Amino acid sequence: MTEGNAGVAKKFLYVNRRAPYGSIYALESLEVVLIGAAFEQDVSLAFLGDGVYQLTKGQDTKGLEVKNFSPTFRALEDYDVTKLYVEKEALEARGLRAADLVVPVEVVGAERMAEIMEAQDVILSF
Amino acid sequence: MKFGILVNEGPYTHEASDTAFQFVKAALAKGHEIYRVFFYHDGVNNGTRLTVPPQDDRNVVKRWSDLAAEHKLDLVVCIAAAQRRGLMDAAEAKRNGKDADNLAPGFRISGLGQLIEAGIQADRLVVFGD
Repeated sequence: MTEGNAGVAKKFLYVNRRAPYGSIYALESLEVVLIGAAFEQDVSLAFLGDGVYQLTKGQDTKGLEVKNFSPTFRALEDYDVTKLYVEKEALEARGLRAADLVVPVEVVGAERMAEIMEAQDVILSF
Repeated sequence: MKFGILVNEGPYTHEASDTAFQFVKAALAKGHEIYRVFFYHDGVNNGTRLTVPPQDDRNVVKRWSDLAAEHKLDLVVCIAAAQRRGLMDAAEAKRNGKDADNLAPGFRISGLGQLIEAGIQADRLVVFGD
């Protein structure tokens, strides 16, 4: 890309690999997504491994004394962030289904996920 | 090629900052351009001028500062991540009513937009972390 292409949208993929609590990566990843939405790029989110837990319904963080940020995923639509891909194998390994998640997602197999990654310009992995 | 760099881990605990540093040094030596180095998560701790590592060890922070001075690198520490972890420049210290500041030379504090912009402007954004 040259400076002259600055106005053209790039494909950004945010890869979420970690459980929502226990470390700050998931929360701070979401903060990048929200700020990044203002840049009008072509944004997708991928959830792999324990990252699928970020989207589960019924999160209760009172005992941890940290903020439950899962409702924020429901606001992503207002930011035109609508492409959420969840790894099928990761869901199944954890006994989860798409119906257990707080937002509509596209469940894709690892091979399809690899194709999605291949098609990106920028991948931010958290 | 024009590279953007993201460093997601702090110094010493994790090798990410060392690897990023070596990558940047090697890229510059080959004539590539480093558009920006962005420090996020605990990576912001690479920007504290108060580290005093043992004399027989590398000085991770100073090494970044020196490389920035030599090559006019843009080292950006995320403001939101920095505020959580107690990293601030003089202006931020004043704004938040704190009695000290600790940002190392060559670093500046700015927003996450600088990371997105690096992704847009660079040919490759390379992430260093776990």
